[in-house]
Amino acid sequence: MRLGNQQKKKGPSVKRALGSPAALNLMYLPVVILFILFLVYPFIKGVQFSFTNWDGYSQTYKCIGLRNYRRMFTDHDMLTVIRNTIIYGCGSTLFQNTFGLLFAMLLRKSSRLNAFARTLIYLPAIVSSLIMGYIWYFILELNGGALNDVILLFNGKAVNALANPNASVWILTGINSFQFVGVSMIIYLAGLKNIPHEYMEAAAIDGASPAQTFRTVTLPMLAPSITVAVVLNLIGGLKLYDVIIALTGGGPGYATCSLSTMMYQLYFGREDAGLATALGVLMFVMITLITVVALTALRRKELANED
Amino acid sequence: MKTDPKKFLRLSALFMVMSLYAVPFYILLTTSLKNQSDLSSKWAFPGYLYTDNFAMAWQNAHLGRAFLNNTIILVCALALLIVLGAAAAYPLARYQTKWNRFIYVFFVAAMIVPPLTILVPLYKIYVAIHAMDTYWGIVLIDVTFQLPTAIFLYTGFIGTLPKELDEAALLDGCSRFSVFFRVLFPLLKPVTASVAIMSGVNIWNDYQFSVFFMQQTQMKTFTVSLAGFFSANANHISWVAAGSLLGSLPVIATYLLLQKYFVSGLSAGAVKG
Repeated sequence: MRLGNQQKKKGPSVKRALGSPAALNLMYLPVVILFILFLVYPFIKGVQFSFTNWDGYSQTYKCIGLRNYRRMFTDHDMLTVIRNTIIYGCGSTLFQNTFGLLFAMLLRKSSRLNAFARTLIYLPAIVSSLIMGYIWYFILELNGGALNDVILLFNGKAVNALANPNASVWILTGINSFQFVGVSMIIYLAGLKNIPHEYMEAAAIDGASPAQTFRTVTLPMLAPSITVAVVLNLIGGLKLYDVIIALTGGGPGYATCSLSTMMYQLYFGREDAGLATALGVLMFVMITLITVVALTALRRKELANED
Repeated sequence: MKTDPKKFLRLSALFMVMSLYAVPFYILLTTSLKNQSDLSSKWAFPGYLYTDNFAMAWQNAHLGRAFLNNTIILVCALALLIVLGAAAAYPLARYQTKWNRFIYVFFVAAMIVPPLTILVPLYKIYVAIHAMDTYWGIVLIDVTFQLPTAIFLYTGFIGTLPKELDEAALLDGCSRFSVFFRVLFPLLKPVTASVAIMSGVNIWNDYQFSVFFMQQTQMKTFTVSLAGFFSANANHISWVAAGSLLGSLPVIATYLLLQKYFVSGLSAGAVKG
């Protein structure tokens, strides 16, 4: 461990007298060890397995080079899964930020009614996603679902919402967004609170319309909140798992699988641990890339605003 | 009384949003209170009192045992998370050397590692070290995956505390380590509350890890029990609804009582540091 190489920094003489501050770095040593054992080491192992034909339980397996990765980009099911994951990630991010900002603008003034509305909108975010999935199943199911009761009331024809795979992917995206929009809302509310009141007043005095004020004052001032909310939503959406298991189990076939649920099926269902780990590596690379790109773009925007 | 059209529009939008958000909870409640033979719409509130669903869910999904498991895991994981997270954040907030900044980024960036990416190798490791179906096994994974957020929140908060506190304590003859544990740690209460509550909810609701590492009936957490119960009783949805409601009550109660800590935890990132 390179723990002792930052003592060159000059501190007040008191500090120097009482022993090196670098000794304090021992305090994060347990976390470093934990991360190496439970994140770094399994990750490296995973990369190794991704080049093999391991079935998940045998003692022997052999290296098959890049074949797992090639299968990923030629197999029809895999391409669907990758596409779904991107929809879950980017779609959720789009919805959660649009509606999160909308709700925050709607509820920015503090009143008892607004406080109650905020509480209600954030409430789903603390309920298990699995349970949220079940609740939406009660609403969407074909026979006796709450939605179909309403449709039938208006003499419509009952819909089997979860039978169509393409619709299901968007329904799942919608449910995930519905559940976690409160997170974005609270981040935006905090950001809005931080905008100095004088800015708004100055814009009003200059005769700016509410829309102009929003575009030229509010939005740029919210840049740090946008960055945080977008990154959190992306990470959450791209990892989507629980709600898919609860509602469609990834089906019909693999049509609504995300990379996460697909990996589970490959490992426990098809005993294809090699391909499962390759998928895991792909997911990591995808999330990292998308997050880093989003982060860089948003930070650049933040800096541009500061000038 | 004259009505302002803008205000009217705003209020109607508000009520529409609020009704939409109330619907899932309302449907969960009515479904959980209905007799199996009651085929009325889920929108209709039952006109009778019927609580057998809760008893059935409690018995058949082994919710008693599951809640015990959840509680043990939650308490151990939170204790470990708070001690490790706060301790790790202290040097990162106070001695910002180049190396420590790298460590900080490494810790916080771990947030993006998808649990499923390391699942297969971790599963193999867990089988080898006999960590399957053990409390300590799942606790260590839960703690690892909650640490990035905890360290992020603690480091930010410690940064706002005046450095003079540390220096005065050092002058009084405290060692560097006891400065943290005796002087600073008690001051971290508000952020500790945020960490405990937000991570607590995540750990309580965890399904992804528990379903892989806690498969024995005796060791199942409530989400795993409920998922098994649902696939076995897909035609008894009122039982599933009752079980879901029972499993959500602890987090809903925590949230309603301690809301400000959720808000302050989430807001921390939105304000530019």
